[in-house]
Amino acid sequence: MGNGGTPTSSGFSVDTYADTARILHAFALKMKAMRNPRSSFSPDIPEKPSSPALAVRLRGVDWRYGDNLLFENVTLDLPGGGFTCLLGPSGVGKSTLLRLLAGLLPTTRATVTCSDGLPLTGRVAYMAQQDLLLPWLTVLDNVLLGNRLRGETPAVDKAHELLRRVGLADVTADRPAALSGGMRQRVALARTLMEDRPVVLMDEPFSGVDALTRLRLQTLAAVTLRQRTVLLVTHDPLEAVRLARQVLIMHGRPVRLQLFEQPLSESTPRDPGDPSVQSAYRELLRRLEDESCDC
Amino acid sequence: MRLLTPLISLLGLLLAWQLLVWISGVPVYILPGPVAVLSSLWNDGDLILEQAGITALEILFGILLGTFLGGGSALLLRYFRRMRRWLLPLLIASQAIPVFAIAPLLVLWLGYGMASKVAMATLIIYFPVTANFYDGLRRIPRAWLELAQTMATGRRWAIVRHVALPAALPALASGLRIATAIAPIGAVVGEWVGSSAGLGYLMLHANGRVQIDLMFAALSVLALLAVSLYFAVDAVLNRLLPWQAELTLHSEIS
Repeated sequence: MGNGGTPTSSGFSVDTYADTARILHAFALKMKAMRNPRSSFSPDIPEKPSSPALAVRLRGVDWRYGDNLLFENVTLDLPGGGFTCLLGPSGVGKSTLLRLLAGLLPTTRATVTCSDGLPLTGRVAYMAQQDLLLPWLTVLDNVLLGNRLRGETPAVDKAHELLRRVGLADVTADRPAALSGGMRQRVALARTLMEDRPVVLMDEPFSGVDALTRLRLQTLAAVTLRQRTVLLVTHDPLEAVRLARQVLIMHGRPVRLQLFEQPLSESTPRDPGDPSVQSAYRELLRRLEDESCDC
Repeated sequence: MRLLTPLISLLGLLLAWQLLVWISGVPVYILPGPVAVLSSLWNDGDLILEQAGITALEILFGILLGTFLGGGSALLLRYFRRMRRWLLPLLIASQAIPVFAIAPLLVLWLGYGMASKVAMATLIIYFPVTANFYDGLRRIPRAWLELAQTMATGRRWAIVRHVALPAALPALASGLRIATAIAPIGAVVGEWVGSSAGLGYLMLHANGRVQIDLMFAALSVLALLAVSLYFAVDAVLNRLLPWQAELTLHSEIS
């Protein structure tokens, strides 16, 4: 079992996927080098949040669905700054936890505390699996939606700057229907950055795009969201080991959250070809398979 | 090219009609042929056009008023729960009463002039406009509203204005298309029940005086009026809501 290449119980080779990812990463870097710097989406300046990184703690989550007790006294800690990646089988309640933090669920007995003692309400940006771009608005107006909803003067210059950073300077006047899936998700990322919130909640934001686009979007997100507190729900173990400051595995009923402890380098995004990343990936995949056995 | 096929079938129908009249020898006061109708259209063109203008105005005012009232009702139904409880049963019950049955009452109350016809057209389109727009307001993707909520917690009316209303506009547009197709029915029924002008009045009048060719001429103008009104409204709506066509092409969100 120790060596890679052993087919796992789910039937595909661990190494094959990691190898593909490594090739794709190299390819993505090459593509980046070939592009001219203006249209490339390699953001050089990291995004500066307006306040220091905010740590968030969610405590005492109880959640019932019919007769099923899904959550019982669950605690989730998001350290200030960096990605917390949440993995686990489908339907285990990852999205529920995220929506709870986003304030989208009716009152539960959960309490949310922030490191600065202020409430979390109004300080989260939300990014979902679907891009949620409004089809009647142009790309630029979609990015400005938050401004308009809050009755603020639209910060057009800032929106243009963010769209340039995600490599979409040329399509600001287009409607979303004219864009590819990856481009649309980049608009959604620009819209999320535009909100300039200390906490960013992402629900499988890159699961709907092809592998290469996904790697590039991960890199883009890691750089642009640096120093923010991010909760990323994902199904992709490689995504987790590339981006995470902390990886949490969610499983069981009622739910338990387990910290995945594996040494990983400080700086993100990590190279999928890096040996430590690969071994962490392999280990994480193994752990996920162990957890899914009892289902 | 797109117009060619319907044009050919129309000509074929006219030819068959004329042949039927020739072969059977039906008198003009029972069934005039298309040639007779055309000549009546030519001779009484001024009269027919004048009456058509009146009917067109009735239809247009009916559509405007019905859209305004229907749109307002849909908003009330959607965003005021108490309104919904009171208004919705009333709205549905009102649809059980055929508009034709209350037409004489409307004429009695609003007189022989335009007002009673506008009221008829308004009544007949009120329900489809309300129902379609209300449905559109209820079927906005929840995730859009949730995103807006995280952006602007508690700013309910801003979310309605910037997200819900534009999202429901295509539904209002399909209500309007139905309205345009059925509004002429309301206006003409109003004219039949009691009036002194309009295409419906002209047809009734011509019928009474056995000027069946004039009646057919007025009828064909009415049909032409209704069809062109429908296509005009359809074109305006498509121009106003271009993303709707794009969405049906790339049906990614649904």
